[in-house]
Amino acid sequence: MHKLWASTYKEFLLLTRDIGGIAILFIMPLVLIVTITLIQDSTFKTIVESKIPILLVDNDKGAISETIFNGLQESNSFEVILKEKEVIAKELVFKGDYQLAIVIPENLSSDLNKKVTQNVEGILAEFGLEDESTETPKKVEIAKKEVNLYFDPATQLTFRSSVKNGIDKMISKIETQSIYKAFQEQISDDEAGVVFDTDSFISFKEIMPKSEGDKELIPNSVQHNVPAWTLFAIFFIIVPLSINIVKEKSQGTFVRLRTNPVSYATVLGGKTLVYLMVCIIQFVLMLLIGVYLFPWLGLPVLDISGRIGLLFIVTIFSGLAAIGLGLLLGTVAKTQEQSAPFGATFVVILAAMGGVWVPVFVMPKMMQVLSNFSPMNWGLNAYYDVFLRNSSFIEIVPEITTLFLFFIATTVISIIYNEKKNAV
Amino acid sequence: MIEIQQLSKKYKGAENFSVSNLDLSIVEGEIFGLLGPNGAGKTTLISMLCSLIKPTSGHFSINDLNYKEHKNQLKKLIGIVPQEYALYDSLTAYENLMYFGAMYGLKGSILKEKITNALTRLGLGDFAHKKIDTFSGGMKRRVNLIASILHEPKVLFLDEPTVGVDVQSKNVIIQHLQELNKKGTTIVYTSHHLNEAEHFCTNVAIIDHGKIMIEGKPKDLIENQPKANNLEDVFIALTGKGLRDHA
Repeated sequence: MHKLWASTYKEFLLLTRDIGGIAILFIMPLVLIVTITLIQDSTFKTIVESKIPILLVDNDKGAISETIFNGLQESNSFEVILKEKEVIAKELVFKGDYQLAIVIPENLSSDLNKKVTQNVEGILAEFGLEDESTETPKKVEIAKKEVNLYFDPATQLTFRSSVKNGIDKMISKIETQSIYKAFQEQISDDEAGVVFDTDSFISFKEIMPKSEGDKELIPNSVQHNVPAWTLFAIFFIIVPLSINIVKEKSQGTFVRLRTNPVSYATVLGGKTLVYLMVCIIQFVLMLLIGVYLFPWLGLPVLDISGRIGLLFIVTIFSGLAAIGLGLLLGTVAKTQEQSAPFGATFVVILAAMGGVWVPVFVMPKMMQVLSNFSPMNWGLNAYYDVFLRNSSFIEIVPEITTLFLFFIATTVISIIYNEKKNAV
Repeated sequence: MIEIQQLSKKYKGAENFSVSNLDLSIVEGEIFGLLGPNGAGKTTLISMLCSLIKPTSGHFSINDLNYKEHKNQLKKLIGIVPQEYALYDSLTAYENLMYFGAMYGLKGSILKEKITNALTRLGLGDFAHKKIDTFSGGMKRRVNLIASILHEPKVLFLDEPTVGVDVQSKNVIIQHLQELNKKGTTIVYTSHHLNEAEHFCTNVAIIDHGKIMIEGKPKDLIENQPKANNLEDVFIALTGKGLRDHA
């Protein structure tokens, strides 16, 4: 125990004597989290608060084009600019001046009405409910219509699909209303009377988990970013930690330690305790930034109420997993030139695999499978469980157990590797 | 005290043995000098005796403790002063010594007293709380030595302990080693300073190509070698004048 304490104290001294190193360990993650959150939050605001200019070519001049125009305006996402000719709109979009042009074909409204009326009359005739006073009109072939959408090739796929879905929804609504209207005209003499209620019967209600005080947990960019980038910072500890071990080997102090009656596990134990403290301090600083600095920067406040204990538990186990990885890398690497670039790149790979940048569910199938092997994924899930899903301790046990097993596995491999390499 | 039998070491990928079927016996209380040109196998031999590298074949024991079976007991028995400064640059001399002393299980006032005494004896009392990276080569060598003797080892291995230091530092180191030897510590040391070895060692072995060429008291070796006036003449006569550069 005394040797472990002495090793811990030595590591503490080594760390605190390196002011530049401390600054990198504590300040850089804070700069990272503030920068990323500001960028992501402003991107979010750009989409929500400012309007994207789009072009609309109205060849229809009917109810449908009017509905689409109004729908787009009311969405508050777009500034609709009318253009007379499709060619001009197409050119402007393909040049990159606009993200999107919507071209509504000629007679879309009237042809849709004709088509609907034709269908309704057909149905009523099948039921024997046709108006006897009128002759059954001849069925006229009505050509299918296409709404042309021109997208700037640089436009992201998610934007394209959401625009397509939005317009499709608007047209479907108009189609439905036209059908109701056609039926009403056929079965009721009172054109002004309301037979069918055309308002949507089904609507959506988004329900979020509730915290202990029955307060609804509403996710925002801060709730998403703080855990993700905290984890990223915690895992970056593998770089200084592996350098610390490699330096010890190249300095000759490791040779001395090998001749001392002290186990490698004790040497690593000292490093683990000190770097775990670093992880915890990093996390506390991140929380303080989220709670106090973010609101001051105009960002949403980080809500940690009622979750602080669980957050620390997740941090400790995530920190241990990161430390285990650092110990292994430092043990295996022969030079700082090996450990530093590998460590930094590996953390980025683990972050990408773990869902720090792109959510796991949108990844290709193979990457989704691979993400299960990233300790960052386990840590991130545990943080999301606490931050966003209001989970209890029992619910995070699988994740923290996996993180702990990862720490044990990497540390044991380090010790075995060291024993084998230096076996006498 | 130290019994070495048929000890050999061949490094992975090397063509020749660094140490080849070496037999040697070092008696308790000796100051034993391992002398030889570069690449002769001195450091390899010491590294094996300190459990830093694994012998390819052969055996050795220290104080009747076999190296294979009593690894941890041997570590408590020996001290090693490595060729390089095995110290933490950003820690003070005192902090370094507190740490390495603790690794031998020393603690509290006993450890503090040992450190203070050793630093004072080796002329570093005023620099105890200065960082190692501010020390000269000679001062670092002295701290390097103290870090290896705090636990009062029965056998002290020194791999070129006076290399790169000024005469004053060298004298202090040699003087201190002689004091330790008088108190009962067996000293095994390698050096290129043959004049130093001639006066310091009670026994020497000249080693080349991993084998012992000759062994005995310096005075006897000089007397038995025709035309030899000192240990250097014996050394040249046995190992030749050719350069021993190797990579």
